[in-house]
Amino acid sequence: MKGLALLATMVTGALLLYGTGDFPPWGDPQDPASTYLSPVYIEKAVEQTHVPNIVTAILGDYRGYDTMFETVVIYCAGMAVLSVLRRNREDEE
Amino acid sequence: MRDINEHTPGEDLIIKTAVRLMVPFAQLFGLYVIVHGHYSPGGGFQGGVILGAAFIMLALAFDMKTSQQYMTIRVNTVFNNLGAAIFVGVGALSAIFGGLFLDYSALDKLIPMGSVEWRSFGIFLVEVGVGFTVMSIMVLLYWNLSSGGAMDEGL
Repeated sequence: MKGLALLATMVTGALLLYGTGDFPPWGDPQDPASTYLSPVYIEKAVEQTHVPNIVTAILGDYRGYDTMFETVVIYCAGMAVLSVLRRNREDEE
Repeated sequence: MRDINEHTPGEDLIIKTAVRLMVPFAQLFGLYVIVHGHYSPGGGFQGGVILGAAFIMLALAFDMKTSQQYMTIRVNTVFNNLGAAIFVGVGALSAIFGGLFLDYSALDKLIPMGSVEWRSFGIFLVEVGVGFTVMSIMVLLYWNLSSGGAMDEGL
């Protein structure tokens, strides 16, 4: 069973590494993110949101879903620890 | 209720005094990082961690009961639920008022102050929600992990 899990992990990892071969080179000015996504954010963010900090504008507005589920992940982590560990001392005695 | 100045063996006067002086400034700085996220590096996550660290410092320098005098377990539960609810609630409200989910400009129909201003203010509301959740979850994780889940005494 352990061997099977190792095999599945290795195959998935190899597939993911193989997939990165098709990515544009790091920092390539011709890749899709640099040709129309980043320029739009840089040109329009302050005008569209009135937030001088573009990072905050992207994080809170354009990528609101991402930030929302980051918060939910932290919430779930807290609830998971609470549900696994929480106990009352009186219950044991 | 235990006095914050009460001396118990094994605890250090210098650490206690230093923490007592640092906590208000740490909390003020945490609030600053949250509300100043629009203009400088910062935001809900970073500010929430600083606010949480203030309570963890209290629990480390004094004991867990002292930190729970300032934030009870009940208040902590309210905060971590409220924070997530603020974020999702602002998103859902903008959907109710005719925009897309998390499209804060639609909230202009609720309180008219300009759709662009609402996008700015919506980000602020959301950051406050993130700050609440991160602060209380950090404290909750520390309380649970350092006391084995009993949340009464630990490190």
